[in-house]
Amino acid sequence: MNFELTKEQQMIKEMVREFAEKEIAPNAAKWDEEAYFSIEIFKKMGELGLLGIPFPEEYGGAGGDTISYAVAVEEIGRACGGTGLSYAAAVSLGASPIYYFGTEEQKQKWLVPMAKGEALGAFGLTEPNAGSDAGGTRTRAVLDGDEYVINGEKCWITNAGHARQVIVTAVTGKDDKDKNIISAFIVPTNAPGFTIQCNYDKMGVRASNTCELVLENVRVPKENILGDPAKGFKQFLYTLDGGRISIAALAVGIAQAAFEKALQYAKERKQFGQSISKFQAIQFKLADMAMEIELARSMVYKAAWLKDQGKPFTKEASFAKLFASEAGFRICNQAIQIHGGYGYMKEYGVERHLRDIKLMEIGEGTSEIQRLVIARQLGC
Amino acid sequence: MNICVLIKRTFDTEEKIILTDGIIQEEGAEFIINPYDEYAIEEAIQIRDEQGGEVTAVMAGNEDGEKELRTALAMGADKAVLINLEEDVEDGDQWTTAKVLSTYLEGKNYDLILAGNVAIDGGSGQVGPRVAELLGIPYVTAITKLEIDGRKVKIERDVEGDVEVIEASLPLLVTAQQGLNEPRYPSLPGIMKAKRKPLEQLELDDLDLEEDDVEPKTKVLEIFLPPKKEAGKILKGELEDQAKELVSLLRSEANII
Repeated sequence: MNFELTKEQQMIKEMVREFAEKEIAPNAAKWDEEAYFSIEIFKKMGELGLLGIPFPEEYGGAGGDTISYAVAVEEIGRACGGTGLSYAAAVSLGASPIYYFGTEEQKQKWLVPMAKGEALGAFGLTEPNAGSDAGGTRTRAVLDGDEYVINGEKCWITNAGHARQVIVTAVTGKDDKDKNIISAFIVPTNAPGFTIQCNYDKMGVRASNTCELVLENVRVPKENILGDPAKGFKQFLYTLDGGRISIAALAVGIAQAAFEKALQYAKERKQFGQSISKFQAIQFKLADMAMEIELARSMVYKAAWLKDQGKPFTKEASFAKLFASEAGFRICNQAIQIHGGYGYMKEYGVERHLRDIKLMEIGEGTSEIQRLVIARQLGC
Repeated sequence: MNICVLIKRTFDTEEKIILTDGIIQEEGAEFIINPYDEYAIEEAIQIRDEQGGEVTAVMAGNEDGEKELRTALAMGADKAVLINLEEDVEDGDQWTTAKVLSTYLEGKNYDLILAGNVAIDGGSGQVGPRVAELLGIPYVTAITKLEIDGRKVKIERDVEGDVEVIEASLPLLVTAQQGLNEPRYPSLPGIMKAKRKPLEQLELDDLDLEEDDVEPKTKVLEIFLPPKKEAGKILKGELEDQAKELVSLLRSEANII
């Protein structure tokens, strides 16, 4: 048992922190205000190899582990929740499924440019009537000669507006129990009939790009099917397990930023003749915040470690995601409380953290779904 | 081009200095590569990329310095040398460091040695020049531009805000001033590759040095923090009265006039 980051993980943490503090944090308030997705920052992150951390060198990645990746997500999220979300989605949802399930050819064609940071990818699972309830998927793909013809709608798809391709889930038939068979397809965003609109006005994570997809008779070659045609559902469950670690790491990063602001403010703000950090009412809040962050981070590292060891991590990823997001929400809320009226003002930059972290309790499976996942893992 | 960069591990610039019984507490503090040394590393890498050759990063310190040397390797240095003084040297000063480094460098035939202009902790700015003196090679401090053409070197150095242009020849030691370049972030592939790059660990013994050879020539008598900044004073009243009061305060209170 060793609770220390390795030298490489430590170096990655320092590099990403320095990069995020210099290049991302100074813009975070503006990007939030203007709902601006910075493609420039993603180019820079690509050049530094951040978009390829968990992929092997042969596929253009850095050959790092999941812990290093989680550390990077936390540091970027600490600077800007929206940028952190787009980063986590690019790696965990855009690139990872192709690494896990793609053929060698698909990896060379689609994964390598993403790992090198030359292209972004997106993952189109959620629909107006289907997300965690995959059975409700309405998007359909029908084989026509050597091509699949896809029709349907997807919503809230992160990064699609800047993606080279989207992995789209679609119903391809029924199994013998009359349940929908879901497959995944790699769909180039420039395919005719593929419309992408990014007009959502979000509460938080506004620096991330979120889009609505409409597929009208979009034709993709048969070889663009990703992984096992009959196991699209299982595949995306595995993808989401990995994604949950990154959402948990992102929640830790956002909470850490809120905590740091609250701690500093509490030390500086004087009331009744002393710093408010001398009052137990404030001290107890700060103590709880620091404790919950540390617990959440430990769980993130454990889930990431299990994944790196090739051990089952579904339950632990849900533990991490559920606890980090709910604790993170409490922390961001208390950070505003400690700031009092100032915290309610945009100028102090703490209200953004609460708006940003709210998504962590919703995206990649709501808190309620996480509890279902955990209960199922317990054998209920 | 055979290039060597001298590196120091220092307190993070954001770290708060805490004194206990006159000793600076290092426990729990974050450490970084001395920022001026980062300019030196960056310059060395750029020269190597243009002209070929090899960059070696050298540190006299303790085993914790491995992290900073690995960072230099991750930025792009080819190999690193850590001279671990922990066991042999209890107190050291600029002489100690310069003696250790120059003994290591003796006979290694480096064309160019780069160091930071000063370290942000001790701030003496002496180690670079001392190493050059001990090696018997010329040195130029606080450089902001470096052009190498064959064995000829054209340098711009910062002189209190003015620029001095100097011609020199290799072998040469230079110390890097802010403005020389913009140090790169170590990239992810760089960090992963740094693991596999050679990092040699040496002790005084390996350099045929005795503890007496590197005994400090100076003695620290006292370490203290700068006095707390007093709250400012805002003068009130008519402009003329304010000016008068200001002059009298500068005379009587601040003792400036």
